[in-house]
Amino acid sequence: MNAIEKVGEYASLMYRTITKPDRWSIFWKQYVNEVKKQGIDSLWIVVIISTFIGAVITIQMVLNTENPLLPTYSTGLATRDTLLLEFSSSIMCLILAGKVGSNIASEIGTMRITEQIDALDIMGVNSANYLILPKITAFMTIIPCLVLVSMFVGIIGGYCVGIFTDIITVHDYEVGIQYAFIPFYVTYSVIKGIVFAFIISSVSSYYGYTVKGGALEVGKSSTDAVVNSSVLILLFNVMLTKLLLT
Amino acid sequence: MIEVQNAIKTFDGNQVLKNVSAIFEAGKTNLIIGQSGSGKTVLMKSIVGIHRIDSGHILYDGRDITIMKRKQLNQLRREIGMLFQGSALFDSMTVLENVRFPLDMFSDETEDEKDRRARFCLERVELSHAVDLYPSEISGGMQKRAAIARAIVLNPKYLFCDEPNSGLDPKTSLLIDKLIQDITHEFNITTIINTHDMNSVMEIGENIIFINKGEKAWQGNSNEIYDTGCQPLEDFIFASELFKKIKHVHSSNK
Ligand SMILES: Nc1ncnc2c1ncn2[C@@H]1O[C@H](COP(=O)(O)OP(=O)(O)OP(=O)(O)O)[C@@H](O)[C@H]1O
Ligand SMILES: [Mg+2]
Repeated sequence: MNAIEKVGEYASLMYRTITKPDRWSIFWKQYVNEVKKQGIDSLWIVVIISTFIGAVITIQMVLNTENPLLPTYSTGLATRDTLLLEFSSSIMCLILAGKVGSNIASEIGTMRITEQIDALDIMGVNSANYLILPKITAFMTIIPCLVLVSMFVGIIGGYCVGIFTDIITVHDYEVGIQYAFIPFYVTYSVIKGIVFAFIISSVSSYYGYTVKGGALEVGKSSTDAVVNSSVLILLFNVMLTKLLLT
Repeated sequence: MIEVQNAIKTFDGNQVLKNVSAIFEAGKTNLIIGQSGSGKTVLMKSIVGIHRIDSGHILYDGRDITIMKRKQLNQLRREIGMLFQGSALFDSMTVLENVRFPLDMFSDETEDEKDRRARFCLERVELSHAVDLYPSEISGGMQKRAAIARAIVLNPKYLFCDEPNSGLDPKTSLLIDKLIQDITHEFNITTIINTHDMNSVMEIGENIIFINKGEKAWQGNSNEIYDTGCQPLEDFIFASELFKKIKHVHSSNK
């Protein structure tokens, strides 16, 4: 199947997905469940990765800018802006594409090959709406929290370098992370996160929903889901940056 | 009553249904039989509208689903129950939640009434002891029965069963067959069953349609099946030694 057909198929799936749920009470139940599964269960990985990357960025910045002409606050500043602008949204979402995306694609794919989706359709349930909408909305609403947590924890990671080593003093770092702070960077990151969350959850759902065959194809579709949502994230990252920051 | 008129279905140039016409009667167990790969599942999925046929008509008591919009189709589907080849229970729900699901989705009854209805259906299929287990925790035969309970919970007018006893031992198969037949008579349902199990054919074959390579080759009931004069059907039925012997006994009794 060529790319244009796939885009068409994706669009028509989204058209069926994004409608009013048959039953709001069931939708909310699914939604809460998904928030727990995608958000709360992703929290630990976000925290661990962000702490370490925050620390590493700080160390790298110090090592690579050993120039007496650069002001002492530059390390904290660079760490903060790297986290705010790129890491906590784009890189975090690339990592989450691996975790959440493959999870969604394999879950829906398994339901497809075991005829559970056919069973929903036969009952007269809009299976796309029932299965996919809670996943998309849950991930899009939980992602701002994950992005903010990642920023916060990342900066703490850098702080730890100041506290536990003599690579940088806590004072220099503190000054740096407060210097020339632009609040819009946070908004910008959150917006990117929400867009990426839509990409991850909808693209992965599409790959799961359209699986044909058996367990082997489910595995393949979840790989495809991760690869393609990652590529789309990178693409949209460039477009959004151009749109929002220039 | 369900009427199929001149149904044709093609997948990528491979014609799977070749002009099939058939009538499935209410209050009877209608069987679709045929070799593996002959197109039984495709015919059944076409009748319920999972596959859209290329040409022809499918009438549910006069209502043609081939010209229905999605909304009307979804409305009609609330009158349909279906049992899939692999049970298709929802893994993430317990047996009781599975059976309750159609009620939660479509019925405006109170929680109590829904619960009672679901438990009644589970009792009907003798699964009252397993209500709180997950599908992965029960045997294949129990999964089939749970799926039957889910299929009948909304009092369907039409019931579809795709190989209800594949993967089951002969005794359990018979129980499932009898259960489907009893329910069919009890609630006057139009039931269509796909099978290649000759035991089922003999036990519950009230109206049998034989599909050979995508074509309807014969129609009749289990009493008529010994002398059909239809070679592919003879080859199909009397493939095993057992049925060759049965045929022998049957013809010498005449
Ligand atoms: N979705 C599909 N896409 C393409 N070809 C299909 C599809 N579904 C079925 N076919 C083809 O249609 C033919 C009939 O398949 P079907 O599943 O109806 O057989 P069956 O009679 O149900 O067999 P079994 O008894 O093994 O279940 C097969 O040759 C199969 O390859
Ligand atoms: Mg089949």
